[in-house]
Amino acid sequence: MLLECKNVCKYYGKKEVLKDISFSLPEGKIVGLLGKNGSGKTTLIKIINGLLSLNSGEVFVCGKEIGVESKKLISYLPERNYLNVHKKVKDVIDYFADFYADFDKEKAYKLLDELKIKKEDKLSVMSKGMREKVRLVLVMSRKAKLYILDEPMGGVDPATRDYILDTILNNFDEGATILMSTHLISDIERVLDEVIFLADGKIMRLESADKLRSETGKSIDEVFREEFKC
Amino acid sequence: MKFSNEMPIYLQLSKVLALNIVNGKYKAGEKIPSVRDLANIYKVNPNTVQKALSELENLNLIYTERTNGKFVVKDYKVIKNYTIRLANEMTLSYLENMKELGIEKKETLKFIERNE
Repeated sequence: MLLECKNVCKYYGKKEVLKDISFSLPEGKIVGLLGKNGSGKTTLIKIINGLLSLNSGEVFVCGKEIGVESKKLISYLPERNYLNVHKKVKDVIDYFADFYADFDKEKAYKLLDELKIKKEDKLSVMSKGMREKVRLVLVMSRKAKLYILDEPMGGVDPATRDYILDTILNNFDEGATILMSTHLISDIERVLDEVIFLADGKIMRLESADKLRSETGKSIDEVFREEFKC
Repeated sequence: MKFSNEMPIYLQLSKVLALNIVNGKYKAGEKIPSVRDLANIYKVNPNTVQKALSELENLNLIYTERTNGKFVVKDYKVIKNYTIRLANEMTLSYLENMKELGIEKKETLKFIERNE
């Protein structure tokens, strides 16, 4: 298994935010991590990335415990921008190339070229959508085993969402797996193999997207809305 | 190409690909595009393409040559039979729709003739 989470529990103070989460993901899948705000998506993602400690349980990436070795295998797109916006594109590319042994500079420049983004462009003069694209290009230009994308399409226009989705698809190779969280379900559900429904720190569903469609005759978005009605 | 989110995407894709075989876009005996190319063309997950292709394989419309990829069946009869099957299905569903309008078969035939 590429990713294994076993009995993961996480507390913030006295509040239990992840309640005994267990699941595993094989290679070669695109998986949607779906849940309302506050369901625990980002907490779970941060634990897998080794940015938050867990109170109990275990997480393995390709059999490796969370640490330096697991981080080498994961390419992570956080929810918010962490790049210094005063830098030029070529500077952040060099930064990534220095940091990650599996970063493919040529690929990054090729993808940026398709977007008509130049080496000398500064991030600070780009629109929000453009900056999101650059961030995605950086993450997808690594040759990782697990790509974790936290809300890759938050706050961007539909055309940009399409670009982001296509880039994810085109750069997804069979040995890797993509785990992406979102609440824009209808925009991404066509590319998902599997869906995980997270609610109140627990996994409510983990199943094949097409199976869920044929069983319910509904879209994932509709099933989600019905099950998590406020 | 827009897929509906209410139905399994792989079934919708296999229908589209089957139509390409029926209408001769992919000809008998010809190689069909690779999984990756099809994923690109239809903007879907390569795993979905894989599943759609195994549907077509089950219908005997395509076959796999171990290292070369996937090909449309050589025997034109198989395609012909599948076309007839589709035509029958469509006719039945059309007749069903007309029935719901309260129009009997004889009357339906007149509609067909009038709209030819």
